[in-house]
Amino acid sequence: MSGSTTLAGTVGAAAQVVLVAAGSPLLVGVMRQVRARLEGRAGAGVLQPWRDLRKLLRKEAITPHGTGPVFRAAPLVLAATALVAAGVVPIATTESPLDGAADLFAVTALLALGTVALALAALDTATAFGGMGASREMTVLALVEPTILMSVFALSVPVGSTNLGAIVNSTLHEPQRVVSPVSLLAAVALAVVVIAETGRIPVDNPATHLELTMIHEAMVLEYAGPDLALVEWASAMRLTVLLGLVANLFAPWGIAGADSGWVALAALPLALAAFAAKVTLLGGALAAGEVFMAKLRMFRVPELLAGSFVLALLAVAASFFLA
Amino acid sequence: MKDLLRKIRKTGRVAEDPPERPAESAPDALRELGGSVQLRHVDAGSCNGCEVEIASVFGPVYDAERYGARLVASPRHADALVVTGPVTRNMEMALRRTYEAVPAPKGVIALGDCARNCGVFAGAYGVVGAVRDVVPVDVEVPGCPPEPEAIVAALRGLTGR
Ligand code: SF4
Repeated sequence: MSGSTTLAGTVGAAAQVVLVAAGSPLLVGVMRQVRARLEGRAGAGVLQPWRDLRKLLRKEAITPHGTGPVFRAAPLVLAATALVAAGVVPIATTESPLDGAADLFAVTALLALGTVALALAALDTATAFGGMGASREMTVLALVEPTILMSVFALSVPVGSTNLGAIVNSTLHEPQRVVSPVSLLAAVALAVVVIAETGRIPVDNPATHLELTMIHEAMVLEYAGPDLALVEWASAMRLTVLLGLVANLFAPWGIAGADSGWVALAALPLALAAFAAKVTLLGGALAAGEVFMAKLRMFRVPELLAGSFVLALLAVAASFFLA
Repeated sequence: MKDLLRKIRKTGRVAEDPPERPAESAPDALRELGGSVQLRHVDAGSCNGCEVEIASVFGPVYDAERYGARLVASPRHADALVVTGPVTRNMEMALRRTYEAVPAPKGVIALGDCARNCGVFAGAYGVVGAVRDVVPVDVEVPGCPPEPEAIVAALRGLTGR
């Protein structure tokens, strides 16, 4: 029995990597489309990000003068960390064979590794905007990481484990936990940091052409062709993984749990569909919310993130006192 | 926020229906872009009349993004340059360098009469020449300034959509 559970877990983990890899550009497309419609535009269609990627892959790769191995390796590191994260985060199954790595600290560190690689690459180009983007991204990262850790930590206290799969499983068994103050505080804090980490409005504007206001875009200004394709694809995957993490921490229904044997295998397609629906919904809501907001001034961003950190701290405190 | 929501509902869709696809097609080198063309705009010395028209092309009414064209922030991300205005002495080197920074396959759109043949600025002391004299041009859009419809048609020729 345990053999076939592992089989279901392995298939599930592979399926969720494929789903995230293939589906994340579509998610970006959906979000752009939602935005375009709300702005009265027709929109380029949900397939446009895939067309962009296909086009970029056919283009010439350029290594700007004076850039070294850091610049060339960064897109690979970014994409690799995003792919691994897609494999270990409980997206479709909580029984991933990489379960040991599905630890809250490991996943956070994995995503941070990608960000740091990109920031180093931006410094490597030695352009003014690259340095500016790297410094801003590090500012945001330094404020985002503790909040992610704190809020997931708050959720892990009642479970007694920092394993993401275990947290999701316990929420499945005790659904009333979702409406506890701990969970609500952590949800708000996590939502804010996910927006910051993925570079959406009000922290960063993914569609900006103004170098002076850029954060993420400023770091990738020198990438061209296939490298740029990797960076954009990886960014889309990170967005999907983080949104999926939020969705499954607070609404895990549909995910394939620790059923035995063929039941677990049969639950997989449903789990994948449920995940796609949840993430599309979240992404659509995020895009719709962006229409109503302007980007925050850079110096106001730390205030927003500090606020979300306080919420996360309150969530941790509440999880101890209300337990 | 409620006001904005009401406004969004009342306005609905402002994008005009797409006209017939223009017959002209892209230069061969650009055909493999496959429905996605990123553009970097270079103002080589224009009076900004052309810029106003570009802004409206990417605004909600003409919405060139639906054909797969998009303005980007870096020549490294671009497939084609949109050059407006006659090339002035100060912008000659900048235009050349921007062109070199674009990864192949790449194209250049000369937008407006100034970019095509110096227009009203022909013979002025600060002008080096038309865009064609500095970098190879693939597509020309006549007009002073060109109408948004003409610009959209040129862009659709590039994206093939
Ligand atoms: S073509 Fe006309 S509108 Fe465009 S830059 Fe020249 S003078 Fe200005």
